[in-house]
Amino acid sequence: MSLKGYKDLPEGGVIPERGNSVLYKTGEWRSMKPVYYPEGCVHCLLCWAFCPEPAIKVENGRMLGIDYDHCKGCGICARECPRKEKALQMVRE
Amino acid sequence: MALETKQVAMTGNEAVANAIKQINPDVIAAYPITPQTDIVQYYSSFVADGQVDTQMVTVESEHSAMSATIGASAAGARAMTATSSQGLALMHEMLHIASGFRLPIVMPVVNRAVSAPINIHCDHSDTMAALTTGWLQIYSENAQEAYDNVIQAMRIAEDPRVRLPVMVCYDGFITSHAVENLFLLPDETVKQFVGEYNPKHTLFDFDSPVTFGPLVLPDYFSEIKAQEADAMRAAKEVILEIAEEFAKISGRKYGYYEGYHLEDAERVIVVLSSTAGTAKEVVDELRAQGEKVGLMKPRVIRPFPAEEFVKALSGAKVVAVMDRAETFSTQGGQLFTELRAAFYEAPTKPLMRNYIFGLGGRDTTTAEIRRVFEDLKKDQERGSVDRKVTHLDVRV
Ligand code: SF4
Ligand code: SF4
Repeated sequence: MSLKGYKDLPEGGVIPERGNSVLYKTGEWRSMKPVYYPEGCVHCLLCWAFCPEPAIKVENGRMLGIDYDHCKGCGICARECPRKEKALQMVRE
Repeated sequence: MALETKQVAMTGNEAVANAIKQINPDVIAAYPITPQTDIVQYYSSFVADGQVDTQMVTVESEHSAMSATIGASAAGARAMTATSSQGLALMHEMLHIASGFRLPIVMPVVNRAVSAPINIHCDHSDTMAALTTGWLQIYSENAQEAYDNVIQAMRIAEDPRVRLPVMVCYDGFITSHAVENLFLLPDETVKQFVGEYNPKHTLFDFDSPVTFGPLVLPDYFSEIKAQEADAMRAAKEVILEIAEEFAKISGRKYGYYEGYHLEDAERVIVVLSSTAGTAKEVVDELRAQGEKVGLMKPRVIRPFPAEEFVKALSGAKVVAVMDRAETFSTQGGQLFTELRAAFYEAPTKPLMRNYIFGLGGRDTTTAEIRRVFEDLKKDQERGSVDRKVTHLDVRV
């Protein structure tokens, strides 16, 4: 991605648009990542509730997997998962 | 058209409080105890008497005063505060935030010494320590100039090409507390002159909401600072444009500096603020004796109008730059080192020497100024300066 020159940036580092934090890929600085095994999952969604990023993908009340663009690898989901190793496992990047 | 003005007798602080009253800002956040001066005391009576629409916020420290002013300004208000000495030092962290956010805050600063030792009197160590904060700095010789500069500063700060905060500096006690004659402009004239404030972004614009103060990492930080430097460069021409407009409503002319018998002067003193008034007296005296002496009183030092200063001094043979603050670099005061550096590319350079003077309110009278001109005369005859940096009037 080519970065903007200084004349094209908003003054004073102001962010002039709303809801653009999704554009910031918090997954870029991850050192560990959760790996999801759907066969072990009971869809309790505790991982979704505890994840500090919007990184657990959920649809119709069912866990779908991890959004690796925004997952920062904190491991909270794997720690809180009642199925532990069977559904979520932290591995080195 | 005859200019409508009212002659009054006021202290510098009262004059500045009146300038702020005529600007009628939306918010003033200020620390109400010393080192605050009576600018905000006067202003609080204007608020109490319903003469202004300003929301006055009294806070628990100068750090909070600047923080609250920044908050109000980011919310789209025309916001001001005032300070002095230790107060400016305590604000230091927030000074960078005001300029980094590009907020057009105007702040009168009454120049007083920074401790230790404890001292409440005039020198420039407070504002000289704030030269790298991204604020414009305009210095005033007397109450009239302080009043005029505050009004002009509002326009300079809010100009879309600039959008940077401005300090209007004047000498503690000498100017801030002494009563002088000056001319006030009619309220309506000032109101017209400063106009409505149209902020570019505000926290209260719910149709296009913005974030102030996000994290900016190495990939963008330099660019944001380059913008600030550009704005400071642009301020140079804005300062002159506003001065020209101001001359039309007041009859008083301002520029980057004031020259006094400068054109054919061989020996020149460069000094800021009230001491320039004392120096003018000595210049008159020596001119009457046929001495080719002159004075340059810089008005603006942020941005630093290097080319103009060099041009103004290009005819001089010996220049004494007088700094009312130490830098402890051992190489002289701030004004001296910057002015000297400005001459690096100049084809002809005058001899230059530096005097650190008037610290902690030590009076600098016509006698000391005369002594400086005597030194310059000897330097000129000798063709070299005998001492680069001198602490003027210090007992040994
Ligand atoms: S590792 Fe942390 S950020 Fe990533 S999905 Fe799990 S809880 Fe969310
Ligand atoms: S916490 Fe574990 S079991 Fe529950 S939804 Fe998430 S991965 Fe599935």
